[in-house]
Amino acid sequence: MSENINIKVKHLTRVEGHGNIVVNIKDGTVEKCQWQVPEAPRFFEAMVRGRDYDDIQTIVSRICGICSISHSLVATKAVEDALSIKVSEQTDDLRLLMHFSEQLQSHVLHVGYLVAPDLFSAPSVVPLVAAAPDAVLAIIKAHRVANEWSEILAGRITHPITIIPGGFSQIPTEAQLRQLQDNLKNLVDTLLAIVDVVLSVAGNLPAFERDTEYVSLAQKNNYAFYHGDIQSTDGKTMPVKNWEKVANEYVVEQSTAKWTKWNRQSYATGALARFNNNAEQISPLGKAVAEKFGLVKGCCNPYMNSVAQLAEAAHVTEKAIELIDKLLTKGLKTEKVKINPKPGRGHAAVEAPRGILFHSYEFDKDLKCTWGNMCIPTNQNHANMQLDFEKLVPEFMHLGEDGLRQTMEMLIRSYDPCISCSTHFLNVEFVR
Amino acid sequence: MSKPRVAIFDFACCEGCQLQIVNLEEEILDLIGAVDVVEWREAMSEQSEEYDIAIIEGSITRPEDEERIKDIRSKAKVLIAIGACATTGGLNKLKNNFDDLEEVKKCVYSDASTMPHLETAMTKAVDEVVTVDYKVHGCPIEKAEFGSIIRSLLLGKAPEIPDYPVCVECKKNENVCRWEYGEICLGPIIRAGCGAKCPTASYRCFGCRGYVDDPNVNAAVDVMDKYGLTVDQLKSKMVLFGSKQGPTL
Repeated sequence: MSENINIKVKHLTRVEGHGNIVVNIKDGTVEKCQWQVPEAPRFFEAMVRGRDYDDIQTIVSRICGICSISHSLVATKAVEDALSIKVSEQTDDLRLLMHFSEQLQSHVLHVGYLVAPDLFSAPSVVPLVAAAPDAVLAIIKAHRVANEWSEILAGRITHPITIIPGGFSQIPTEAQLRQLQDNLKNLVDTLLAIVDVVLSVAGNLPAFERDTEYVSLAQKNNYAFYHGDIQSTDGKTMPVKNWEKVANEYVVEQSTAKWTKWNRQSYATGALARFNNNAEQISPLGKAVAEKFGLVKGCCNPYMNSVAQLAEAAHVTEKAIELIDKLLTKGLKTEKVKINPKPGRGHAAVEAPRGILFHSYEFDKDLKCTWGNMCIPTNQNHANMQLDFEKLVPEFMHLGEDGLRQTMEMLIRSYDPCISCSTHFLNVEFVR
Repeated sequence: MSKPRVAIFDFACCEGCQLQIVNLEEEILDLIGAVDVVEWREAMSEQSEEYDIAIIEGSITRPEDEERIKDIRSKAKVLIAIGACATTGGLNKLKNNFDDLEEVKKCVYSDASTMPHLETAMTKAVDEVVTVDYKVHGCPIEKAEFGSIIRSLLLGKAPEIPDYPVCVECKKNENVCRWEYGEICLGPIIRAGCGAKCPTASYRCFGCRGYVDDPNVNAAVDVMDKYGLTVDQLKSKMVLFGSKQGPTL
């Protein structure tokens, strides 16, 4: 089709942060097709310099409001690695339980509030309140339960208070955990109702595939969120301490966020990457959700990331119910945090809801931070989004300007980008 | 009377304060019923150039953003700054402690730091650029306080924003003072309204809501003496959310 199309989306809506889409097609030939990130950088790597080791999580949690628990957890793990601090099994379990709460909160927010309107051809969730009230109320309920879950463990919903190097400032009571477990058991039907609503419009997910390298944490016997090594679907693995050899960050002119590449020109991270690396370990309920949508290991359709998130929402709920059983059976103990920190450099990774997240820090003999480096999942997806665009535009230009624009907006949203996070960090030591 | 048109805009921040609006959960349906939300980029595709109330999240960190906030101010009848980044500059002002922003950029972008799209300026709170009518403090904001301020505005009342320190709410919660644990807690000089969430979770106040209007700094120094701590230790904690603002010691 010989056609002229000009798309200029400034500040894409229904995503976290600021991104632009630019496409110029002349007589059916693509002249320009770009994913641009003009977000204002905030320079966190400079901001941690000179700060006390026990202030680091308070600072870097503010990288992202949506995944503040993941940032707090990975920072605290990296600080503990740097200062040779060990934590108890109970601390590890409670942190994992907190981490699960954020996966549920973020996935419900993304699929329910940001993606679902596209599938219903609505500009936002607001018109859906009248059109599909039961579905909206189910989404709100799941979001609320996830937030209440975070609050019990983190002290408040966003920007956790209780995570400190070596353990917790405060742990929940057994009664709170019992109540939480009841809430989660009651939530399962709500989650399945949300799954069925999305399934009813899943035909509106574009049929687009591009052979992609997927990178996530992986563990032998766990669907990895909190521990594990870095794994690529191209068969490579890497210990977390060498994460900079995975990310290989570089600066491009179309973005204030750095780009990354490992074994190919780009890679993807997020729920679909986790699923593609860990599908065998997903819980029975997570597996059942994936099967409803025909999601199988090896899927290369980026729009299916939202489906993988639904499967993970079921997985974390089911796993949390088990984990609370374990904690209650052993009995919660008030553990006084006793640490003997030693200066050094440390590294850590966790899976944020939108993909693998790396932090590293170094501390001097006074335990002041001398260097910090963070690499955010959305950074790692920017190059992959651009390459998706380059394959997608010729394949979908027959939809015309509006249809193509909508398909491209949906592609970016499917990655669940956290653009403001991704612009705050880039490596490189401070040059004095 | 027609419903007031509300637009929500974000600048340099983590967008966690917008999230607290979403976190109103079921209550947000009431709010949507009482006002007409005409623009909210993070949640909606609708956009509008016409609005009565502008809600601003984030700090101003670039010349282009100063122009954008001035434009928003010229269109809005009421402008509300939400969250520490907007009300005080918050954590983003840590950057302002560096004398040379070129060094800050190099720290992050290395040799690429001179590329024009990576330009940055010193962080400003919103009221350092335009007039702000109301401030909702905190990092993040308290969703209940946000709801109450919006309700007050809809009723034509002036919202009540506390001007007493966090210690007042902390005592009410019957917490043991964090100073008794040897921690440097900023409760005595920081604005209340959070319900003393951090000390109640056994963590010191680090000052995310900014200082009360007339902080009793001398008393804070006396407290340092009482617990055998130094003013430098106090300053190292005040810097997190209080860089280049408020009392000097």
